[in-house]
Amino acid sequence: MAWETVIGLEVHVQLRTRTKMFCGDRTTFGDPPNTNVCPVCLGLPGALPVPNAEAIRLAVRGALALGCTVHETSVFARKNYFYPDLPKGYQISQFDRPLATGGSVSFESPERGRMQVGITRLHVEEDAGKLLHDRFPGKTAVDLNRAGTPLAEIVSEPDLRSPAEARAYLTTLRQILVYAGVSECSMEQGSLRVDANLSIRPAGTSKLGTKTEVKNMNSFANVERALEAERARQISLVESGHRVEQVTLLFNAATAQVKPTRSKEESHDYRYFPDPDLPPLVLTPAWIAEQRAAVPELPEAKRARLEAAHALSVTDARVITAEAGLAHYFESVVDAGADPKTAANWVMGEVMTTYNESGSFPVPARRLAELIGLVREGVLSRQAAKRVYSELAQSSEQDPRATAARLGLVQVSDQGALSGWVDEVIAAHPGEVARFRSGEAKLMAFFVGQVMKRSQGKADPKGVQPVLTEKLR
Amino acid sequence: MSRAAAFAAEAGKRLAAAGPLNATLHWSQELLDAEAARVDRMTTAGPLAAMPVALKDNIVTVEQPTTCGSRILEGYVSPYNATVVERLRAAGAMIAAKTNLDEFAMGSSTEHSAFGRVKHPLDPTRVPGGSSGGSAALVAAGVVPAALGSETGGSVRQPASFCGVVGVKPSYGRVSRYGLVAFGSSLDCVSVFGRTVDDAARVLSIISGSDPLDATTVDRAPMRVPKALPDLRGLTVGLPKEYFPADLDAGVAAALRRTTEKIRELGAEVRQVSLPNSAYAVPTYYIIAPAEAAANLARYDGVRYGRRRVGPEGGIRSLYRTTRGEGFGEEVRRRILVGTYVLSAGYYDAYYKKAQQVRALIAEDFRRVFDSGVDLLLTPTTPTPAFKAGEKTEDPVAMYLADVFVCSMSLAGLPAMSLPVGRSEGLPIGAQLVAPYFSEERLLAAAQVLERALDPLAEVR
Repeated sequence: MAWETVIGLEVHVQLRTRTKMFCGDRTTFGDPPNTNVCPVCLGLPGALPVPNAEAIRLAVRGALALGCTVHETSVFARKNYFYPDLPKGYQISQFDRPLATGGSVSFESPERGRMQVGITRLHVEEDAGKLLHDRFPGKTAVDLNRAGTPLAEIVSEPDLRSPAEARAYLTTLRQILVYAGVSECSMEQGSLRVDANLSIRPAGTSKLGTKTEVKNMNSFANVERALEAERARQISLVESGHRVEQVTLLFNAATAQVKPTRSKEESHDYRYFPDPDLPPLVLTPAWIAEQRAAVPELPEAKRARLEAAHALSVTDARVITAEAGLAHYFESVVDAGADPKTAANWVMGEVMTTYNESGSFPVPARRLAELIGLVREGVLSRQAAKRVYSELAQSSEQDPRATAARLGLVQVSDQGALSGWVDEVIAAHPGEVARFRSGEAKLMAFFVGQVMKRSQGKADPKGVQPVLTEKLR
Repeated sequence: MSRAAAFAAEAGKRLAAAGPLNATLHWSQELLDAEAARVDRMTTAGPLAAMPVALKDNIVTVEQPTTCGSRILEGYVSPYNATVVERLRAAGAMIAAKTNLDEFAMGSSTEHSAFGRVKHPLDPTRVPGGSSGGSAALVAAGVVPAALGSETGGSVRQPASFCGVVGVKPSYGRVSRYGLVAFGSSLDCVSVFGRTVDDAARVLSIISGSDPLDATTVDRAPMRVPKALPDLRGLTVGLPKEYFPADLDAGVAAALRRTTEKIRELGAEVRQVSLPNSAYAVPTYYIIAPAEAAANLARYDGVRYGRRRVGPEGGIRSLYRTTRGEGFGEEVRRRILVGTYVLSAGYYDAYYKKAQQVRALIAEDFRRVFDSGVDLLLTPTTPTPAFKAGEKTEDPVAMYLADVFVCSMSLAGLPAMSLPVGRSEGLPIGAQLVAPYFSEERLLAAAQVLERALDPLAEVR
């Protein structure tokens, strides 16, 4: 039988705030355990939460970027359960009245082309702390630095039909949220986490099968692998006459297998109720409109604009807009006067390499534009410019022209110097000279190459050929 | 010796003498003297300069432990002061003692303290009321002129009535809850006991006002101490008939009759009104308060602070079970179970949601009456004078009904107070005055007129 896979994703992203959701502690990643804590996030007796306005602003912006309706009134609710990383014995979240509902994300499905995924809801909540099992032998330690970190939970409709599609959706969702400045969306630092719901049904039917929840994926690639494994597990269960049970499974990246957690322990009754410590969150229509206006240009719009404004190819525009930082850098280079096509090549080449390695742009956009200008003016060869770029990226030097001069890379178009190198090359290759003179015209490239080599790349190739033509005549 | 030092020495003597009441959980002469020295160092004398004030032991302080009358917090010391403590100290008050209470403020007699019951200052066989019984008893015994308690459903007004002192619950949102250990967060109010209306008003004016640390405080100017009024002319006082049942204690009924007559003599118009949904106040309260309590008390799990016990089977579940099973008393466990039950899947709509709907109806009753031209309501504070210790401990519902006249105002978030208006067979009787939301100044001004006109020590018949 042919099976159709149905997938919906719950994505938690950390809102990019300086401080926590309900108190003033910092949200810095990687600080020593239990250093960013206070009575509120430790759940000390008498402490009370106060909402972080910046977290609300970012969540609203995220919701608007995902096309959601932001509700003028939403309600914080307590989600009750006991766990040592949860200081209050409940998590402050939102339940029946979330911040926003009803959005959609347009993305490129690898199987079905451009399509939309519905966003059921986006709500704000606080994160729990972290249990450390490897710090003290035989004991579990609790680090509450992360407790109270502001999160937005983004729940998709079960609109995805394959693990690869789920991954493509995640990639687009991440792009949008990074563009909108809502979250860093770094899975490594825990600022983006994915829980996936998956079920199968006979192709062509519409009734949803029993879904399972898959957790513990630490990369988008592993989300895809985990869902592949779970899909296979469900299909083989059903095809061997068993039923799929509603369980939570953990993905093991080492074995590429999913394993059910004890299902009974997982059947929580969270006893949600409105948090009496927090009045309903009320946002005025005017303020929401203000936030809507403040949503920056999103990846799709930027890609379309770059294609149109700078005559970039669809592929180039997509590569450049994949990362908000890269696109911004490209635009800055063009704004500083560089030719867009040349700037695109630089950005997709050297710039992207250093960005992928260091996560930063060590050469200011204006300096790269100057460097591109030097190539256009014939002061530097493209080869020499790459060396200058890597020098600028590694040193504190700023001025491309000065760096090129210091490295002795400035192109030589002086006739005397060029003649000297040409003479040396002709003298060194009598055989090739004879063949050229007897009509083997394609050897010209060889002679140009030899001159470049002898000049250590400094000879202006445009100046070399006329001299060669003259002397080989 | 400075005035503050003299007051501190005197307060210490009185606290020591009041020892048999078991009204205090933590106090020391050293801390009192340190408080006096701190007050002496203040560059300007605050409005409460050198006034000794006792605090219910569910208000966190850095200098003393905060136990909430529970084994689970035995020895716990807060690293921060409650907002009300900071405000009292800034006004020059001296923190004199932390007072005994029903465990986590759950009770109406201060018999549910893990550290023993508080005795009524006039009759040690009786209860002082609760849950703020320790604070009430200290003020009634003349140990301190004022004390802070807390109210969730009458825990200051009811003991004030039993002990013959003034007890004022402000509007919800008037006083910061930051540092008040949560019981029922939508109901909890730091509240004030005073020997006189003026003492209570002065303390309340200092602790009131919005607090950036409590999102439920209302952004309005702090309450002012009201100006003295000559009489009650121009006021309309409503008597809600549901609060004067036929089986009301004879002494209480007589005291209220006398109070009503006095109110008329003082020029107020008195009229009967109706608050029909108040009949549901106790059951509504005993759904909402335990539901919130069940969540609020989840943090006492033995993981981070307070008592920690692991049973023989070991593991995290054993830690929870043993810490909480041994650390909480019976009444607290009962309310956690009730609260957990009413929030459970399948029961939420029938209990918690329904209770919230009834709560809205109860509040609407008050609004309607106040909108009809009534300025204040007068009711008995309690159905009877102080009852005997042990009389209701075996019957939780009988204990809950001790709060039958005080729960509804808590559910409605209204300011209300108990004023001593007479004695029956030697036991104090309180009359309750209720005002519209944020009308504490009107409430206290009227109470002051009555206070002047009535002898609270007079026997009523």
